[in-house]
Amino acid sequence: MDDIKNKFDAIVVGAGHAGCEAALACARLKLKTLLLTINIDKIALMPCNPSIGGIGKSQLVAELDALGGQMARTAEQTLIQLKILNKSKGPAVQSLRAQIDKKAYEIEMKKILENTPNLIVRQGTASGILTENKKVIGVEIEGRQVFYGNAVIITTGTFLRGRIIIGDKEYKAGRMGEYPCMNLTKSLNNLGIKTDRYQTATPPRIDKRTIDFSKTIEQPGEFEPMSFSFWNDKFIHTNISSFLTYTNKKTHEVISKNIDKSPIRSGIINTHGPRHCPSIDRKVINFPEKPRHPIFIEPEGKNTNEIYLQGLTTSMPVEFQQLIINSVVGLEDARIIRPGYAVEYDYIYPSQLNLTLESKIIDNLFFAGQINGTSGYEEAAVQGFVAGVNASLKILGKSPLILTREESYIGVLIDDLITKEMNEPYRMYTSRAEYRLLLRSDNADLRLSKYGYDIGLLSKKQYAKVLNKEKEMKLLNKFLKQKTIFPTRQNNDILKTMNSSILEVPSTLYQILKRPEISISKLLNNFGGGSTIRDNDAYNQTEINIKYEGYILKQLEEIKKYSNLEKILIPQDFDYFKIKGLTFEATEKLNNIRPNTLGQASRIAGVSPADISIIIINIKSKAGKI
Amino acid sequence: MEDDTIAALATRAGEAAVNIIKISGNKSIEIADKIFVSKSLKKLAYIKTYNLLYGNIIDKNELIDEVLISVMKAPGSYTKENVVEINCHGGLAAVNKILDLIIKNGARLAEPGEFTKRAFLNGRIDLAQVEAIADIINAKTINSLKIAANNLKGNLSDEIKYIRKNLLEIIINIEASIDFIEEDLEVISYEEIMEKVKKIYDELVELIKNEEKGEIIKNGIKVTIVGKPNVGKSSLLNLIIKKEKAIVTPIPGTTRDAIEEILYLSGIPIIMTDTAGIRKSKNIIEKLGVKKSISELEKSDILIIVLDNSKKISEEDIEILKKAKEKKCIVCINKIDKKSKIDKAQVENYVKKNFIIEISVLKNLGINKLEEKIRDLTIGKDKFEFEEKIIINKRQKIAIEQAKESIDSAIKAIKEKLSEEFPALDLRNAYNFLGEVIGENTSEEILNGIFAKFCVGK
Repeated sequence: MDDIKNKFDAIVVGAGHAGCEAALACARLKLKTLLLTINIDKIALMPCNPSIGGIGKSQLVAELDALGGQMARTAEQTLIQLKILNKSKGPAVQSLRAQIDKKAYEIEMKKILENTPNLIVRQGTASGILTENKKVIGVEIEGRQVFYGNAVIITTGTFLRGRIIIGDKEYKAGRMGEYPCMNLTKSLNNLGIKTDRYQTATPPRIDKRTIDFSKTIEQPGEFEPMSFSFWNDKFIHTNISSFLTYTNKKTHEVISKNIDKSPIRSGIINTHGPRHCPSIDRKVINFPEKPRHPIFIEPEGKNTNEIYLQGLTTSMPVEFQQLIINSVVGLEDARIIRPGYAVEYDYIYPSQLNLTLESKIIDNLFFAGQINGTSGYEEAAVQGFVAGVNASLKILGKSPLILTREESYIGVLIDDLITKEMNEPYRMYTSRAEYRLLLRSDNADLRLSKYGYDIGLLSKKQYAKVLNKEKEMKLLNKFLKQKTIFPTRQNNDILKTMNSSILEVPSTLYQILKRPEISISKLLNNFGGGSTIRDNDAYNQTEINIKYEGYILKQLEEIKKYSNLEKILIPQDFDYFKIKGLTFEATEKLNNIRPNTLGQASRIAGVSPADISIIIINIKSKAGKI
Repeated sequence: MEDDTIAALATRAGEAAVNIIKISGNKSIEIADKIFVSKSLKKLAYIKTYNLLYGNIIDKNELIDEVLISVMKAPGSYTKENVVEINCHGGLAAVNKILDLIIKNGARLAEPGEFTKRAFLNGRIDLAQVEAIADIINAKTINSLKIAANNLKGNLSDEIKYIRKNLLEIIINIEASIDFIEEDLEVISYEEIMEKVKKIYDELVELIKNEEKGEIIKNGIKVTIVGKPNVGKSSLLNLIIKKEKAIVTPIPGTTRDAIEEILYLSGIPIIMTDTAGIRKSKNIIEKLGVKKSISELEKSDILIIVLDNSKKISEEDIEILKKAKEKKCIVCINKIDKKSKIDKAQVENYVKKNFIIEISVLKNLGINKLEEKIRDLTIGKDKFEFEEKIIINKRQKIAIEQAKESIDSAIKAIKEKLSEEFPALDLRNAYNFLGEVIGENTSEEILNGIFAKFCVGK
């Protein structure tokens, strides 16, 4: 058993979006890495919607890309439509969404994994975690084979004791048609890791040939040159449309009449599912006054007739799924290829983890993705990356990568996960990021690529691109601040052609750019003589920084205001029960979550500013500072 | 619990006939026993809590002071530690000597507020009470305490909670339109949002206005009586005080030159200051007094200028009347029981006729009229309702003002048609500032609101 072939630096359990990023990060950092998966044909599968990105999520993907992760690059290679959401709004809340050819994505990701040095992919179902003195030493798989590793990263998605429900039928499965992982939970529980059950669901897929597209509204993507990854050049992407239709009174009648058949009503499902992904049954129950709900008809890929019905999630019995679908305009004759279903699975309370995603009680055991109570490919991928990087850094004896809320959505995600009490799968939104005006997709490279480069996951060439952009931004900013436009007749005539008001006094280009009607490209075309800046992104960044300067400063000030709290560390052995004056609720929650900083403590629901003051005084008086 | 024992003078140095030295901590009783010999030769360590011993403080057989010592054992004391209080009779020299002895025997000098800090750390009082204690120490008037008490009951909190609830409703709508763009939501329009935001702005302005009233109640209105010597200033003050005698409180620490009294006119605390008569003089001491009077006059909110009905207006009167232009002012023409020699038209050059009243301190005439005028100049026709939601605390005021500024910024952003995330930031800031007032943090409220209100999700 103690064969050298079975010894690794890092073992990743599960090859979904978290597992792939984790394994790639480890292997690229030169660690001998094993990636275990239950079915080698299902690597990087997208079991629900056929898209990557979206509001709040594309920010995560951009950050992952800026750090040296894989998702954005593979998505760019396999996408069939690219769309800007919130296009009419400001840059901070605009988001990209890529419709993906699912099969192509799986194939590409598998290819990358198989061709990454130091990485071995192996089929097998994990059955136990091996430890020694509260430190992980390996993984046992069904059939009792053992793999030894310095670090283990668990990314099991919905597979831990997975249970699928359609109507009154139940199956033991990780996803439809796939074996679940039945024994790992017990092993985790024995190590002291607490688990609970979550539930999620997916809509039925139908045959493209049975849809009457003429009755639906076409939803095309963008026709301009764009890139999904920072490291690719801009180009015009494949643009296969989605389509929009709506449920109607008839649909709602079918559902209401048969609501007793819905597993959420019959009691077959009584675990928490995500509120952001309610089934159509739940929508109809909770919002009876709404006359219709949108349904997006999305292709699952180029080489398939399978169509995804965004908005029609249900785990009703198949015959009722068929009735519901056929009640919708455009889908009257639609035929189901795969029924929708719900899946229930084990997750761990993420408050048992550190900000590195390492277990607080078992050394070198990391968790990422859906097992941490999140939902979404993007949320999973960034966690996989963070866990993979931190497992590697720990093995290499380097200091960990901890991203903060002030600098990234990834920081927001992880801090939320381990700090806030969650009772449903967690999905990212822009409203979760209090500094979202600073944390834009467009500046993720400027914010984070330094980390990617320092860790060793970005090449010198990639990082040089970012440094060059920074340099050009500085030069451009200086140029705009120095170049003064005088109120001559000629200049004022030019301003009039730009639909802007005339100058009364000499103004710098910087001041003129603050006018809402003036874009930087127009400004430089007319008054930009002398500028040598070529980088297009440098233009965009400079424009955003100048146009939204007031609000950007506001956010920077807020960060400063709270930075003191973020800097004060709370010892991990701090005894909250000994502090008098804390409310009972605060004491309980602080004791469970054990926040690292006062900032984190202040975000726990039920911990009031008064509680924070009491902790401050106690920390300081312990340190003899008061 | 803190390990060391602290000591300090608990009374203000030099002000009282009896001074109290307080010692708190594990060793307080032991230390006191080392320097104290009771008449009965009993040790403090053996008396019951809340009991007293009478005896002497002795240093190497030398008698320092004759004292009474009380013992309050943990946890039944203010700090929840063992507390010893030494009531000493001697002057400051003796107090200093005793403190010295205590420190030599193992205590250290307490820092300002350290007794309260220990009470807080040991769970005797909570933060709100710490704030309340600060308010009590600083409160000059009885009514400010009433307001503090009302606020603790929750008057202000209820109002802030109501405003926050409305604000959250708006934020939920805006955030839903950002994060759930494809969801076909019926979110409220920018126009409707504008209307609602403006209403919140007005409510905050109203709260801040109330705070100004709160300021008046907390700090009182400074009314200075000025005039030449012997026009009847002191008699006027005495008369007003006599009338309101039930609630007169002398303020300690007043100077010999200006005498301050607090009294209440229909619930408004008035700090009355009587000044040395203002006149030109060559006498150096008198000059100093006059200088003092003028500085008092500068500090006051309202001037009561007293003129003598029986005399012509002098150059000095004119000098004083000139001050009236800079201040809220009431002119009292006193001694109307005597024959009039004053030229009222001349006074009207400086003060509105409405605020010139005729009185006789001697015959108790016109005093009600004077009170009425003081009321007009302070709170106008309003009545003070002490059940009102009045902000009393500086911290709260600052937070509410910041909330107001944020709302103002949101209104600007909406007017300029900036996209939703910009006013959203301002509104969230306002929401957080208001949360600071009542000590609540935000966390998941916004998303929870969206999920409860809208049908969202794929």
